[in-house]
Amino acid sequence: MKCQRCPKQATLHITEVLGEERFEEVHLCEDCAKKYLYEPQLKKQAKPGAAPVADAVVEDAPAGTKCPACGITFLEFRNHGRFGCAHDYDAFKPELLPLMESVHGDTSHAGKIPRRAPRTATAQAELGQLRQRLQSLIEEEKYEEAARIRDRIKELETS
Amino acid sequence: MNLDTLLPNLGEWLRGTGPESDVVVSTRIRLARNLADYPFTGRATPAQKTEIVSKVKDAIARVELPFKLDYHDVPSMSVLDRQFLVERQLISRELAAVLEGPRGVAFDVKESASIMVNEEDHLRLQVLRSGFALDDAWADIDKLDDALESRLAYAFHAQFGYLTACPTNVGTGLRGSVMLHLPALGLTKQIDKVFRALQKINLAVRGLHGEGSRAFGDLYQISNQVTLGKSEQKILGEIKEVILTILQYERQARAVLMKERKQAEQDRVARALGTLGSATMITAEETMELLSVVRLGIHLRLIEDVPATAVNQLFIQTQAAHLQKLVGHALDGEERNAARAKYLKARLRDLGSHR
Repeated sequence: MKCQRCPKQATLHITEVLGEERFEEVHLCEDCAKKYLYEPQLKKQAKPGAAPVADAVVEDAPAGTKCPACGITFLEFRNHGRFGCAHDYDAFKPELLPLMESVHGDTSHAGKIPRRAPRTATAQAELGQLRQRLQSLIEEEKYEEAARIRDRIKELETS
Repeated sequence: MNLDTLLPNLGEWLRGTGPESDVVVSTRIRLARNLADYPFTGRATPAQKTEIVSKVKDAIARVELPFKLDYHDVPSMSVLDRQFLVERQLISRELAAVLEGPRGVAFDVKESASIMVNEEDHLRLQVLRSGFALDDAWADIDKLDDALESRLAYAFHAQFGYLTACPTNVGTGLRGSVMLHLPALGLTKQIDKVFRALQKINLAVRGLHGEGSRAFGDLYQISNQVTLGKSEQKILGEIKEVILTILQYERQARAVLMKERKQAEQDRVARALGTLGSATMITAEETMELLSVVRLGIHLRLIEDVPATAVNQLFIQTQAAHLQKLVGHALDGEERNAARAKYLKARLRDLGSHR
């Protein structure tokens, strides 16, 4: 099957639940699917007869996911594709993890860490990196180095 | 600093030198950073944006950098000046014309480093280099980032890394872009094949002016899409690898052109120079297409007397805002086409008189 938006092969088949027993199927390639997931849901409203459906989506959204710091809801984020503040990353974390996985193919940072980051944050980030490293070392059967990494993880975990 | 003083300069990314400069025009790295104690720009009040601007200005003034950065306020800048900075790749179209409220840009006199304030993220650091220089650019921007970070508390998350307004930038906040001139791959109709291969490995291809812009004059920007889960070195390493492959393809295509249709290429280059030097009306698009032919001609040594930097000079100076600054007043579309033709004719005559 071809992607509905470009000539590529559709690899993702999304079923949007539009309300009571109303579904819409979307067939997209990976790139278009990524874009689709960020698109304002409101666009669907433009379709004739679909207006009440958009309202239903709004009502169906879990009311609990609202950032206590800046007040935006997860739905607002989905509609605009932009966060309101840094705290959103914690407030919406359960919803964000699958999104990060689909956009980046990963859910944990593995790069530079600010020198001023609080010790706990630095240790946390280092832990994340070490766990990834440990995983790949085990896969590569490099057990000697893996043991060293494991010890360092233990050290960080207890400190 | 009056922006007009920049007019005769080429800026770092158009120097036309640096590694692999027969194919690679320039290298750019940008880092997205946000301050810890404010909402992202899109949700910040004008008062908060003013505070962010003054904090950043203060940090820039206090940190030690290898170059001096001058801050320019965007809201108080004329539309023409804003467009001028967009053409020089120092600010984004969004910062120039879409976003509102207190915002600005700091950059050095060589135009090799810039910091946009209150763009989509509070800070957008950028380093430009001519030619293929990802490692140098990274070394520079890493230092700039460290220096700012010693004065500013960044929003950083133990799991997600540097936090950004859009989740597509989170993690490293790094976007590395390499601008390539690929006329031979275009001529031999191989360009689509190359780009299809790129998309499979999550690299984006864009035109000269970034997202959504068409590729004029065979210029393409290749950049990473993934910012989370890979270290900066790994991201840059992946770009590097791909660029080296494309470089090889383009050079092979050029070799084939020289072997199979040298005469025809020579003719195309001569005609391009002829049109540039004799037209009385010419659009920016046509100018870029013709300059692309001339640029290829220089690197194939089909013409000896036009230096590569002259092509870059013509390329930047014939863009809308530059042209209006050169002429000294506003021009509408038709007037611009006439002024562009007049400028090209005069400059090429100058070049010719040195022959």
